Amino acid sequence: MFGKLSLAAIPLDQPIPMIASVVVALVILGVLGWVAAKGYVPYLWKEWICSVDHKRIGVMYTLLAMIMLLRGFSDAIMMRSQQALAFHSGGYLPPEHYDQVFSAHGTIMIFFVAMPFLIGLMNFVLPLQLGVRDVACPTLNSVSFWLTATGVLLVNLSLVIGEFARTGWLPYPPLSELQYSPGVGVDYYLWALQIAGIGTLLTGVNFVTTILKLRAPGMSYLRMPMFCWTSLAANLLIVAAFPILTATLAMLTLDRYLGFHFFTNGGGGNMMMFMNLIWAWGHPEVYILVLPAFGIFSEVISTFSSKPLFGYRSMVMATMAICILSFMVWLHHFFTMGAGADVNAVFGIATMIIAVPTGVKVFNWLFTMYGGSVRFTTPMLWSLGFMITFVIGGMTGVLMAVPPADFVLHNSLFLVAHFHNVIIGGVLFGAFAGYTYWFPKAFGFRLHEGLGKAAFWCWLIGFYVAFMPLYVLGFMGMTRRMQHYDVPEWRPWLLIAAGGAVVITIGIILQITQLMVSIRDRESLRDETGDPWDGRSLEWSTPSPPPVFNFAVLPNVEGEEAYWGVKSRAREQRRLRDEPDYEPIEMPRNSPTGFVCAFFATIIGFSLIWHIWWFAIVGFVGAYATFVAFAWRDHHEEVIPVEEVARIDRANRASRADFLARMPTP
Amino acid sequence: MSATDAIHPHDPHRLGRKVGDHGDHAPGHGDGGPASTRIIVGYGFWIFLLSDIVMFSAFFAAFAVLSGNTAGGPAGRQLFDLNEVAIETGCLLASSFTCGLASLAASARYKIKFYSAMAVTGLLGATFLGLEIHEFAGMIAKGAGPQRSAFLSSFFTVVGCHGLHVTIGLLWLGTMMAQVYAKGFRADIMRRMMCFSLFWHALDIIWVALFTVVYLMGMVQ
Repeated sequence: MFGKLSLAAIPLDQPIPMIASVVVALVILGVLGWVAAKGYVPYLWKEWICSVDHKRIGVMYTLLAMIMLLRGFSDAIMMRSQQALAFHSGGYLPPEHYDQVFSAHGTIMIFFVAMPFLIGLMNFVLPLQLGVRDVACPTLNSVSFWLTATGVLLVNLSLVIGEFARTGWLPYPPLSELQYSPGVGVDYYLWALQIAGIGTLLTGVNFVTTILKLRAPGMSYLRMPMFCWTSLAANLLIVAAFPILTATLAMLTLDRYLGFHFFTNGGGGNMMMFMNLIWAWGHPEVYILVLPAFGIFSEVISTFSSKPLFGYRSMVMATMAICILSFMVWLHHFFTMGAGADVNAVFGIATMIIAVPTGVKVFNWLFTMYGGSVRFTTPMLWSLGFMITFVIGGMTGVLMAVPPADFVLHNSLFLVAHFHNVIIGGVLFGAFAGYTYWFPKAFGFRLHEGLGKAAFWCWLIGFYVAFMPLYVLGFMGMTRRMQHYDVPEWRPWLLIAAGGAVVITIGIILQITQLMVSIRDRESLRDETGDPWDGRSLEWSTPSPPPVFNFAVLPNVEGEEAYWGVKSRAREQRRLRDEPDYEPIEMPRNSPTGFVCAFFATIIGFSLIWHIWWFAIVGFVGAYATFVAFAWRDHHEEVIPVEEVARIDRANRASRADFLARMPTP
Repeated sequence: MSATDAIHPHDPHRLGRKVGDHGDHAPGHGDGGPASTRIIVGYGFWIFLLSDIVMFSAFFAAFAVLSGNTAGGPAGRQLFDLNEVAIETGCLLASSFTCGLASLAASARYKIKFYSAMAVTGLLGATFLGLEIHEFAGMIAKGAGPQRSAFLSSFFTVVGCHGLHVTIGLLWLGTMMAQVYAKGFRADIMRRMMCFSLFWHALDIIWVALFTVVYLMGMVQ
């Protein structure tokens, strides 16, 4: 009846997951109770859960990522403290638990922090920058988000019911095969990622279509802001790479569930095929994460240097070059496989070539700042911290692209230091820069500057203190994923690294404080005009927060930096453009389809993990019924009356006219 | 305003463009604004199909790597019955033709023709599926199931994945007919019909690759 599921699946004998899950459960129940007591449930359901508005979906993605960042970071704290303690002793985490912690840390940070954070920012920003009212398929967007949430839910359920994978963030066979991982840990991993991965793929399809087919009149490719370009590249990579992940995980699933022989030791299976396939997805994935971050830095650096982006065209070329090259380097993740010197040399050189377009980008950012009047706001600090940190991380990457060097450094802490160097310094700093930069656009008030800067410095210093020792440890021969060790020379470095993690913790606490203080002081931080940073692209032409339809009248783009041109003209003529002719606007209707789909996807995932076959069938039937119900809808859109459109736009025009009148004469 | 803007007031990226210079000279067809819903849906579905083909290519790659790894079990030559596969191919190709007829009937808003063409498409698809299941069942009965060897694992997966797509296609086909019956040839229904026919034709393209790589090349190995 319940497959492999029984009460024994709940790890009552392990205090750490039990206490953690009780705390999480209390927090969730507390929040739900508060929402219910305040009477917010209908609002939450109608305006957020069922919302197909790209801005709200973007906010929900980002919130999901931030919550999961706390989960992933608590795993990181556990690992750092375990390694600080486990000298000549077992530490406080038994091996089977420690292995789950590092596997969960990597899986969560990549799939459920970095991905949703950047997809959230893309969701929020892309239609605004392109000058349109929503993405190509708004309901599909909601489905994508909720499928990602299903993945998150399944990963977190593994804390309470059963166990998580002990195989690392990529489940290499034969360890991940049924013979060596008989528990449900790997199955949790497979189904959580498979479901969230479908969500990501649909996002990719949706965004590629949006960027290529849905732009304001006059918004030709070379007039798009850089963030749109890097998002296009990242989403093309999603469309081309995520299906490989789907197929690879499906093969491992077939091995585990039905006794197939894709990656097994016996029966002619080939486990190195898994490494090839997973990295044929995995390396493009790295660029799926970092390219949108590059776009954010381009926007931030240009805005706060008060200058157009230097070398726009070379930036486009570099972005698209990285997009293609990212598919040609996957073998550098396993030079030690023994493919031979020639193959290794080809992939080593290909890897080094990627550093060229990346270098072009770094110089472009530097030259954008050169000669500009630079404002050192929080987003700009993240960008500067990124440039220095990412260049160091990039150089250690080029070092490991040399196959002989990689034979020494493979699977050592040097590698761990390298990829944290580029992912924290590149992706996470980018996400934080974008979060601070677009926060006033999303909520109508800025984040507290002082606390933001303090958080930045804690993150930056904490990062260097936590990860530079790992480079040293890598050279000293310490491999990754060690539960305990006996080498006295390693100990001091591991203690320093743990200290760095503490500094980062302070940074995170400061970020939470910043959010709370900013909400408290929102009136004094209010963004009246909708253009708090003197921005250059179209999102800053809308009120903050933008109305559901974004633009009362679709902007007519007449040049690069669409909004800057309009703004400069308004400043010269000291008047706004004439009021446009307003028309009623049709917007897609909100729909619970995404949430209901994800509900059934959760049922399917959970019952497949625990081999409850009949319940999985229930889930599939429910999912199909949801599609049919959606397809049978007769009203897809609702009309916003012209008076409402005019009222909102006139209010925005009034605040901008007021601002213009107060500006000193040039 | 910075110095650059003063020199190049309307060309900040120095692309050599003049004021209000869009349309003919601005690449990317940005002039007209957002495309129509029909184009957006069709284009988006094409992108989805491409991603589906990428997924198949991963299964094809696995098959190519593992096709010789029979682990002492039977190879393709001992298992495949090309006559049966030829009939399968015929069914699927013919169903693509009738699917095209259904699209034409839908464009002409001709209900009877539409239903009959869709019904024939469905019957041909079901026949294809029946033959495939028969082939699979026969192989499993002979002890040549997917657990036998890596070659058979990859064979059952790549061919089975296509069969799964045909199954989903049949489910979609039935839903599509019911939709036209209930809602008529409404614009949104027509867009779905366009996507369905793209999907059905894509299954044909994948089958052509399967027939060649798996069956024909399997026979000569």
